[in-house]
Amino acid sequence: MSSITDIAPVPATRTRSGAPRRRRRERGGLLLSIVAWLVGILFVLPVLWMLLTSLHSEPAAATNPPSLAAPLTLQGYRDFFGVSSGASPWPSLANSLTASLLSTGLVLLLALPAAYALSIRPVRRWTDVLFFFLSTKMLPVVAGLLPVYLFAQQVGLLDNIWLLIVFYTSMNLPIAVWMLRSFLAEVPVEMLEAAAMDGAGLTRTLRAVVAPVVMPGIAATSLICFIFSWNELLFARVLTGTVAQTAPVYLTGFVTSQGLFLAKVCAAAVVVSLPVLVAGFAAQDRLVQGLSLGAVK
Amino acid sequence: MSVVVEEASDRRQRPASAARSGGPRAAAQWVRRAPMLPALVFLIVVTQLPFLATLVISFTDWNAYYPQERRFAGLDNFRRVFTDVNMRNAVLTTIVLTVAVVLVSLVLGLLIALLLDRRFRGRAAVRTMLIAPFLVVPVAAALLWKHALYNPGYGLFNGALTALWRLFGADRPPQPDWISSMPLPAVIAALVWQWTPFMMLILLAGLQSRPLDVVEAARMDGATGWEIFRHITFPHLRQYLELGGLLGSIYVVQNFDAVFTITSGGLGTANLPYTIYQIFYTAHDYGRASAAAVVVVIGTIVIATFALRTVSTLFREESAR
Repeated sequence: MSSITDIAPVPATRTRSGAPRRRRRERGGLLLSIVAWLVGILFVLPVLWMLLTSLHSEPAAATNPPSLAAPLTLQGYRDFFGVSSGASPWPSLANSLTASLLSTGLVLLLALPAAYALSIRPVRRWTDVLFFFLSTKMLPVVAGLLPVYLFAQQVGLLDNIWLLIVFYTSMNLPIAVWMLRSFLAEVPVEMLEAAAMDGAGLTRTLRAVVAPVVMPGIAATSLICFIFSWNELLFARVLTGTVAQTAPVYLTGFVTSQGLFLAKVCAAAVVVSLPVLVAGFAAQDRLVQGLSLGAVK
Repeated sequence: MSVVVEEASDRRQRPASAARSGGPRAAAQWVRRAPMLPALVFLIVVTQLPFLATLVISFTDWNAYYPQERRFAGLDNFRRVFTDVNMRNAVLTTIVLTVAVVLVSLVLGLLIALLLDRRFRGRAAVRTMLIAPFLVVPVAAALLWKHALYNPGYGLFNGALTALWRLFGADRPPQPDWISSMPLPAVIAALVWQWTPFMMLILLAGLQSRPLDVVEAARMDGATGWEIFRHITFPHLRQYLELGGLLGSIYVVQNFDAVFTITSGGLGTANLPYTIYQIFYTAHDYGRASAAAVVVVIGTIVIATFALRTVSTLFREESAR
């Protein structure tokens, strides 16, 4: 499990090439580095702009041309948290947290045994089973939306956080099985055989041999499941109302907002994105490995 | 999905024959299979059963506003889906949106990955900056583009134009209304911004897993940078490009957040998920919404068949390891 940074990159200069050629390459290298920096800044600029705007007063946020030197204030955040209006985003943030955490836990509970059965001592035709898992992910979510809605209406589960938890679990389960399988497949067979020779039971083997190798993979899987659940909008919008509303649904309240609420909108976007941004930055390498279903090492 | 159905039926037959032969071997197979059954059963109940229900509803005439008039409608809903101009436009929009976003972000992602595949001062910082767009919650990103960037009155784009014009002493900077004048490109640009980092990360990982000795040998033999890219790097990257394209397509085809937030499906940007959401959530025409959903699934099967083949190549290589 080598992360991106572990692998030594190609050295920029080669010893074999002649001196003038090397100098030209170095100058070209500097230019390319500057281009890389500019591209990086270009991509992060909207995020920085969102942060800066969220820290401006509403009049300062809505000026043209933009006022970079306007004094910073937390008014946008105070407005978002409803200090003056009383409309609080806390219930929706709490709902998002509950739905994301519980569904992630449920996913691990279901996916770990399945991944184990598909990797360490694979069942027959295990590739078919694995592809079945992935193919459910390719079924567009809209294809099942209506029956789920009607079912929830019948049994009185509309606007209930548990319905979202079950749905988010099914949404992330295929990805989790794929990821965990590829992480479990990295446990060396020799180590398992050695453990068996020493007479270690299943529990002991799992704890002493499998767990240390797989733990980072489990962490990456949990992170991705959490992010996808936290981000989900369509089902949350259709299946929840006021009680079980999640943070993205709360944000859609800003879709039509016009005029002098720009700082508040940006503050809202920052607050809701913050958990994902923090978790994502902290685990960049694992994130790629996980998002590519473990195929990219 | 054809692939799925075949495999599922195959699997169902196998335990039966194993049970017939009986004995401890069959029992052992079941012990091995047991750990994956909860996940399998859960997924079938939560994802496949609703789809079957959608299939059934797609053949009924059912509008929630007229619950008494619910009846079997045959292929009526499907005829309406295919003859409806809005629906045809939605199909077209979905294709354009998906292809444009996936292709542009793949190409940009490749170029940026090549830029980052060299050692330079602050490489880690640049990579971190590039990841940021992917980590902003999709609705929040869409709100950011709609209000803070595209807004004709006080958005960053027009603000920058004003500042630039003032810098040169000019008075009347162009102030386009980005979303009204180019709605679909506006949505595409926002999505490309979100997806390029993802493509870049996958391709960068691909680049860095390239066998360096081959590149070194080629360079010793006097191969130019372009030749190395064309004959060594690109073939090696192909599977990573396919993987990025596949995963990107799965998510972009289903995009709801950006369309809903930036244009509310107006001005010819309503894609299939948004249109179905509207038929079902606003018009309450359950039959037609279901027929449209079934059409989407059929379309996805076509893409998925190719996609699954790609993934299985990746997979065979892993098994052969």
